[in-house]
Amino acid sequence: MEEKNFYDLIILGAGPAGMTAGVYAARKQLDTLVITSDIGGQATWSDGIENYLGYVYITGAELVKKFEEHLTKFDIKIEFTRVVRLVHDNGLFTVHTEDTREFTARSVIVATGKSPRMLDVPGEKEFVGRGVTYCATCDGPLFSGQHVAVVGGGNSGLEAALQLMKICPKVYLLELEDKLRGDEIVQNKIKGAQNVEILTRTTVTSIYGEQFVKGIFTRNLDTGETGQLDVTGVFVEIGLRPNTGFIKDLLTLNRWGEIPVDCASRTAIPGLYAAGDVTDVPEKQIIVAAGDGAKAALGAYSYLVRLPKATSDWSALVAS
Amino acid sequence: MSKTVTVYSTPTCPYCKQAKDYLTEKGVAFSDRNVATDLDARNQMVQKSGQLGVPVIDVDGTIIVGFNRTKLDELLS
Repeated sequence: MEEKNFYDLIILGAGPAGMTAGVYAARKQLDTLVITSDIGGQATWSDGIENYLGYVYITGAELVKKFEEHLTKFDIKIEFTRVVRLVHDNGLFTVHTEDTREFTARSVIVATGKSPRMLDVPGEKEFVGRGVTYCATCDGPLFSGQHVAVVGGGNSGLEAALQLMKICPKVYLLELEDKLRGDEIVQNKIKGAQNVEILTRTTVTSIYGEQFVKGIFTRNLDTGETGQLDVTGVFVEIGLRPNTGFIKDLLTLNRWGEIPVDCASRTAIPGLYAAGDVTDVPEKQIIVAAGDGAKAALGAYSYLVRLPKATSDWSALVAS
Repeated sequence: MSKTVTVYSTPTCPYCKQAKDYLTEKGVAFSDRNVATDLDARNQMVQKSGQLGVPVIDVDGTIIVGFNRTKLDELLS
């Protein structure tokens, strides 16, 4: 059977924004496809959420599970793959995926969120999963009893250090600025630990090893002094970047690579909407992303019902 | 005939939990090895997958790193 690849709406991403958009689109009975590499996005990683209405406390994983249950109550198709390119031609959008498939729709909602930012130093890519990790929560326990380095002194770096100092004999915490940046209460817990060494004004210049990481080279930004740390784990916690690589030829992004949207979640291209952390909306919150996902889906619905008949019959034309 | 499935995971990893929930929902029996505390399991996982990230899923000797539904479905069908 030939794969169906024409839809009213394609939603890219299945975090809080994408999943909420999916529920709204399904309730409007739009013929919808969700394309995503995972369920939950960044929300999955949250230890505890205390500001999503209706739950005084819930873990990210549990909230994501509830979102997924809600979304999959509807007859909505989900393809698990990654988007590599979005093309806009003659009022139609074509999504190219990494497994070289193509899906076309009359409207698209981009809700691809953000991913961990990489250090971009020699050895990093080579050792991903072999000592270099971006998820301390997931992989931290695998490094018990070993010497490790956490790169980044913001809140996520501090949380990683706090977790690792309980199971590792030595934790180096590297920060570019002259002091740690995260919450003071967590800073104090870390500063009091015998086995944590804080290296400020320090950058990683490369990561080395054989099958697995054996250490990192560092440089002090003030003195230029270089150093070498024998570590088997490198936890990179230097923030996030929006997943917009596949769309940068289509839209002008802001300086952080985010998609500019108006108050109705519209982008500069009619029929193309964006929602959640991938946009330039100021507050990156689950509840904000969910709300924007709803706006985007309702916007797409209004757009689709107003399309001239000729355009709305495009699928018959293309199929013939 | 049913397949032998092993999930190598840590208790804190959300994708491990998603993977295990997914298998449970599909009615696939699996053994869960906690590599945070079980060093034998950790070594086994490293040997099989050549890497240190979780989850690792072994389906009849074929290894998947990460929770990849598409690959998992392929191997289970």
